[in-house]
Amino acid sequence: MPESVNITPDANVVAETAPNKKPIWKRSKFLKELSTNKALFLMMLPPFLLIFVNYYLPMFGVIIAFKNFNYVDGFLRSPWAGLQNFRFLFMSDAAWRITRNTILYNLAFIALGLIFALLFALALNELTSRLAAKFYQSVIFLPYFLSWVVVAYLVLAFLDPNGFYNKTLTKILHLPTVDWYASPQYWPFILVIVNLWKNVGYGIVIYTSGIAGIDPEYYEAAVLDGATKLQQIRYITIPFLVPFMIVTTIINLGNIFRSDFGLFYQVPMQQGLLAPTTEVLDTYIYKALIMTGDLGMSSAAGLYQSVVGFFTVLFANWAVSKISPENRIF
Amino acid sequence: MKLGKKKSSTLRINSVSPSVNLALNIFFSVYCLMCIAPLVLIFMVSITDQTSLAINGYSFFPSKISFDAYKYLFSDLGKLFRSYGITIFTCVVGTFFCVLFTMLYAYPISRKSFKYRNFFSFFIFFTMLFQGGLVPWYILYTKYLRLQNNLIALIMPAVMNAFYVLVTKTFFSINIPDSVLEAARIDGASEFRIFWQIVIPMSTPVIATIALFSSLNYWNDWYLCLLYINDPKYYNLQYSMYQALRSLQFLTSSLASASGNVSSSLANVPGETLRMAMAILGIGPIVFAYPFFQRYFIKGLTIGAVKG
Repeated sequence: MPESVNITPDANVVAETAPNKKPIWKRSKFLKELSTNKALFLMMLPPFLLIFVNYYLPMFGVIIAFKNFNYVDGFLRSPWAGLQNFRFLFMSDAAWRITRNTILYNLAFIALGLIFALLFALALNELTSRLAAKFYQSVIFLPYFLSWVVVAYLVLAFLDPNGFYNKTLTKILHLPTVDWYASPQYWPFILVIVNLWKNVGYGIVIYTSGIAGIDPEYYEAAVLDGATKLQQIRYITIPFLVPFMIVTTIINLGNIFRSDFGLFYQVPMQQGLLAPTTEVLDTYIYKALIMTGDLGMSSAAGLYQSVVGFFTVLFANWAVSKISPENRIF
Repeated sequence: MKLGKKKSSTLRINSVSPSVNLALNIFFSVYCLMCIAPLVLIFMVSITDQTSLAINGYSFFPSKISFDAYKYLFSDLGKLFRSYGITIFTCVVGTFFCVLFTMLYAYPISRKSFKYRNFFSFFIFFTMLFQGGLVPWYILYTKYLRLQNNLIALIMPAVMNAFYVLVTKTFFSINIPDSVLEAARIDGASEFRIFWQIVIPMSTPVIATIALFSSLNYWNDWYLCLLYINDPKYYNLQYSMYQALRSLQFLTSSLASASGNVSSSLANVPGETLRMAMAILGIGPIVFAYPFFQRYFIKGLTIGAVKG
């Protein structure tokens, strides 16, 4: 019976326990679904294969963190190295530094991103002219659409030794010249400001849509009771947005181990001197892989990021499901 | 009508005082200026005369205007056009496949009659939770798929995105009622016909959203080029800009360290204005298209805010 070669073990069991003359594809649950919905299966086959190749094959590939990988032997035949790669990684001072940088930057982005987006959205909402509010919102949203390469250009135009700060601002305001690209101490501030500048527009859109969803009757009632503007914001708008702020924050905290590669790679322009304060997990992994070719270190750091990131996301979701179950992701 | 009138009058009473309104307007005007100023600065540098730039540094008000940088760029259009071509090609092809594949995957998992929809939903969703990371992915693409210096490497990684699929799935399950599909099936339409003639025409808002997100993503991409392309023939626009930024950057940092002087700067290195002109030609299309697409983008974000 040639068909039986390809059927699943499950279908075999069914075949043994219920011997009847029905064709094999009607006896297996999966094959039955396959035949009734073959068009649907056929539709999702190309995207399914793409997901499998692009996302799932690399997941199996994480075993190289436990191997002495070389390109000739590939994923499967390279010799095992046990935990050696991880031992090297965590014995180096890089591991602590990049973990600290990644977490601290993300905390700053989450906290300031929330505060500024909220304040801006509240203020835009109070403008008397709706047209002006729309205009401001559009302009503030513009930087979000620029690539990090462009942002790197913009930052350079200000901070270059020949740039706007060193040649113009220093003259007007009598400030000392600063070689920004050789002074790591300033970069935590620069990167936080640049990130806010680029992304605050996105947050504003989200909070504005949240504010738009509040029933105006609440405000009417508040006005009748003589509430001031600040009281309305304090007792109506903010409480309405709180669940949303909590959920966004927790989801962002879940991603605390991941960072925006473009920001940390492009904006400091890969200046070695800036590494102590600008290197994060993603840039470290990239540099170890491409520049130094240290596959052991980079794959170990990559798996460390993936696994810890996986658990922080799960934990974040668990926390959301406790606080507001309707907002949990799964 | 009466209610509407009442509402607007309450709103007028409830608006902030003129002085607060003025203060807010001033604040936002200044902030908006800060959003645009860097772009203006780059443009001003690009039309500054190279020698006056070397003396006065970057300024919003160039002392001597010159279009040499643009003249130079336009005299050697081949390279620029090529990188534009690569970007436009990946953008169009990538967005097409992104929309098509997202729909093809999201439609079955939105159907209640499809028994394995939960499994397949989780299959894509899981990619948001856990990734294999850069290293295995890079090795897969270079050693096994051999996609180095191949435009497929600039397109394939960004075609499927869990977020798009979940947004589209939610859209389908809310906006396409089962009764419509059932009616079509009773009329004898095949699944493919239902998909092309009913589902797709009913989904234009979500298609527009995904297409917009996806094309912006391809337009702004330099990361895939950084990883998989080292032949200048295949450099896309953003990556060419990055190269222009970097090669001069390399020059300036070696000059600065040789002289040991911070402010010795890149004065004598030619091409600074050229670099900024290049940036302007790269930024231009986005800035000009921005007023037209940003409304749709905001709408799309609100579609996306629906839980997936």
